Amino acid sequence: MVHAPVLAIAVPLLGAFALPLLARLNRRARDLWAAGIAVATLVFGIAVAVQVFASGRPLVYTLGAPSPTASVTEGGFPIRIVLVVDALGAYMGIIALLAGAVGLFYSFQYLVEEEGKTLGTSLLLLLWAGILGLVYTGDLFNFFVFLEITSIAACALIGYRVWEPRPPEAAFKTMVMYTLGGLLVLVSVGILYGEYDALNIAYLSKLITGTLLDKLALGLLLGGLLMKAGAVPAHMWAPDAYGEAPAMAAIVLVANTQAAIYALLRVVFTLFGGALASPGIGWLIASLGTVTVLVAVLMAVVQRHLGRLVAYGAVSQLGYMLLAVGVGVVAAGKGFGEVALKGGIFHMINDLASVGLLFLVVGAIRRAVGSVDLLSLGGLGHTLRWESGFFLLGALALAGIPPLNGFASKFLIYESTFKASPILAAVAVLSSILLLGVGVRAFHGIFLGPKTRDVASSPRGMLVAMGVLAVIIVVFGLFPGFFIERMVSPAVQAILGGRASYLAAVLGG
Amino acid sequence: MSVVVRTVTRVILPVALAFGAYVIMHGHLTPGGGFQGGAVIASVVALLVVVYGGARLKGAKGWFAVLEDVGALAFVLLAFLGIGATFFRNVLAGSGGLFGNPVPQPGPNPGDLNTAGTLPLMNWAVGLKVIAGLGSVVLLLSLFGREDG
Amino acid sequence: MGNMPFVVSMILVGLGFLALITRRNLIKLTIGISVIEMGVNLFLVSLGYVKGGIAPIYTYAPPGFKEMVFPTPQALTLTAIVIGLATTALMLAFAVVIYRHRGTLDAGKIRELKG
Repeated sequence: MVHAPVLAIAVPLLGAFALPLLARLNRRARDLWAAGIAVATLVFGIAVAVQVFASGRPLVYTLGAPSPTASVTEGGFPIRIVLVVDALGAYMGIIALLAGAVGLFYSFQYLVEEEGKTLGTSLLLLLWAGILGLVYTGDLFNFFVFLEITSIAACALIGYRVWEPRPPEAAFKTMVMYTLGGLLVLVSVGILYGEYDALNIAYLSKLITGTLLDKLALGLLLGGLLMKAGAVPAHMWAPDAYGEAPAMAAIVLVANTQAAIYALLRVVFTLFGGALASPGIGWLIASLGTVTVLVAVLMAVVQRHLGRLVAYGAVSQLGYMLLAVGVGVVAAGKGFGEVALKGGIFHMINDLASVGLLFLVVGAIRRAVGSVDLLSLGGLGHTLRWESGFFLLGALALAGIPPLNGFASKFLIYESTFKASPILAAVAVLSSILLLGVGVRAFHGIFLGPKTRDVASSPRGMLVAMGVLAVIIVVFGLFPGFFIERMVSPAVQAILGGRASYLAAVLGG
Repeated sequence: MSVVVRTVTRVILPVALAFGAYVIMHGHLTPGGGFQGGAVIASVVALLVVVYGGARLKGAKGWFAVLEDVGALAFVLLAFLGIGATFFRNVLAGSGGLFGNPVPQPGPNPGDLNTAGTLPLMNWAVGLKVIAGLGSVVLLLSLFGREDG
Repeated sequence: MGNMPFVVSMILVGLGFLALITRRNLIKLTIGISVIEMGVNLFLVSLGYVKGGIAPIYTYAPPGFKEMVFPTPQALTLTAIVIGLATTALMLAFAVVIYRHRGTLDAGKIRELKG
C-alpha cells in the first residue's frame, strides 16, 4: 500500500482509457470494468486516508524515484514530482472518492447506451482522476495540469447532451471561465518559478518571503481559484453548468468546486504559510462568500427550471464555505477561527451529500418525466415515493434543519461568524431560511397535489446511489461529534499548525 | 482541389510522415517528442482533408478512436512498469537491452538513439495519441458542417 | 531591451482580454482565449532565458559552451501549449454544435450566454 496515493490517480486514468476499447468488445465487460476500477480507486483512496489519519503525518510519494520516500536529491533540492497527502488532503480525497463512486454507480442505469454512455463513463473517470490528482499533488505545476484536466473533462460532461440547445452553450461559457482561471493560476506559477526557481509547494513555502511579486502571485492564484469555484463576481457559469450537466456529472462537479476551495486553503495556509494571510484577504473572502450566498439564494427563488434551482442552492453552499474560510483567515490565531474552519471543512462533505442528493433526484425526475420545468411538474409523489423522500431530506439538509448534517456544520459557521461580524452571520442565517422556503416550495410543486401522469420509478441502482447519500445526511446529522473529532479536527490542525510537518515530510529533517 | 494542390500534397506527404516519425523517435535527444511529431503527422491528415474532403476520409474515424485509446493506454502501462520501485520509474534505462544503453557522460556528444529506457517508448505512445487525437479533431470539425456529420 | 518579451506577453494578454470583452462571436472569443494563452506561454518561456545561453540540448551543444537556458520553463510551456490545444479544440467543437442549434455564432443572440 506504499503506492496507494499514485494508484488512486493512475487507476481511474487507466480505467478511462481502456473503457472505450472494452466497449467495442462487449458492453457488459465495460460495465464490469468500470465497476472494478471504481472499487479499486475507492480501496486505494481509503488506504491513503487510513494511513494519514492513523500516523498523523503527511504521506509523501515521489514519482520516478528509486523509492517512494526519496523526495529530495543529495543537495536537499526536490526535483521530482511529488504527491503529498496531509490530513486535509486525505479528507478532501474522501469527499472526491464519495462523489466519484456515487456518480459512477448512479450512471450505470442513468446513462442511455445510444446517447454515448461509453464516453460519459470514460469522462467521468477522467474527471475523477483529475480531482484526486488536484488534491494529492505536491507541486504547483502539476496542480495546474490537473486543474486543466478537470476543466476539460468537466466541460465535456456539461455538454454531454449535445442534441439539446442549452448544454453546449453552458459548456462553452464554463470553458471560457475555467480557462481564464487556469491561465491566472499559470501566470502566478510562472511568477513564483521566475522568482524562486522551484515548483515544489513545500520548497517554495520555505523560500517565500512576502515580496511584492509574491503578493501579486497570491492575488492571481486566489482570483483563478475563485473563478474555478464560482464565487460571486465569476459565478455566472455555475448555475448553467450544474443545471445542464447530467446528474452524475453534477455531483462530481460539486466535488470539483470544493477541490478549488481546498486549493485555496492549501495556497493561503501551506504555500504562503500564513505569512501573507492578512485579515484583509480574509475579509475579502468572507464578504465574497456572503454575497455569493445572498445572490444565489435570491436567484434560486425565481427559477422555473428545477436543475437551475438546485444549482443556485449549490452555489449558495459554496458561499458558506468561503465565508467560513474567510473568517478562518481573519481569526487565524483565535479560537473561533478554528471553529470557523471546522465548520467550513465539515460543511464540504455535508454539502456534497445534500446537494448531490438533490441533483441525483433531479436527474431521476428528468429520466422519468422528461422535463424539469417546475410549472409542468406536479403530483409525482404518488409514484416516485423514494425520490420524494430523498428530495425532502436533501432540501432540509441544505437549509440546515436539525437534526440533519447541514445543521451541524452551519451551526459552527454561524457561531464563529457571529464573533467576527454579526452582520455577515445574520445574512447567512436569513439566507438559510430563504433556502428552506425555496426547497419546500419546490417539493410541494413537484411531488404533492393530484396525480397527473403515470411515471415509472427509478431503477434500483439509482435508488441505492441516492440512498447512500441519504444515509450520510442522517448519520452525520445525528453523530457529528464523531466525524468532527476523527476527520475534521485533524484536517483543521493540518491547516493551522501542520505546515512544519508538511515541509518536513517533503524536504526531510 | 486543383491539380497543383493534389500533386504538391503527394510530394509532401511522405516527407511530412518521415519528418514526424523522426521528431517522435528522437524526442529524448533533440527538440521535439511525441506531441510535436504527432502534430506534424496530424498536419498530413489536415492536408488530406483539405485536398480530398472530409467525407472521403470518414472511414478513418473509427481507427483514430482505437489508436488514441491504445496510445493513452500504452503510456499509462509504461508508467506502471516502474511500480516495483515507484510509478513512472524508468526501469529500462541502463539495463542493457534495447533502449538500455548507458547515457554518455554529460557534455557535448553525438547522441545515442538507444538510450533513455522507457522515454522513447512513451514518446511513441504520446505520438500515437496525438496523431489520432488531432487527426480526429481535424476530421470531425471538417465533417461537422454536413448533415451526416 | 531585456524586458521586451515580458512587455510583449503582457500586450498579448491585454489584446486577448480586449477581444473577450468587445467581441460577441464565439469563434472570436475562442481566438481571444488563444491569444491570452500565447501571451502566458511567451511569459513562461522568457522566464527561463539566460543571456547568452544556448538551447539545453547536449547533443547539439558546441564544444566549450558556457551557459544553457533553463529547460524547465520550456517543458512547462509545452505542457501549457498542449492543454491550450485541447481547450481550443473543445471550444470550437461546442461552437459548431451551438451554431447548428441556433443558426448563429453571436453570443448576444444566444439566451444562455448572456451576462
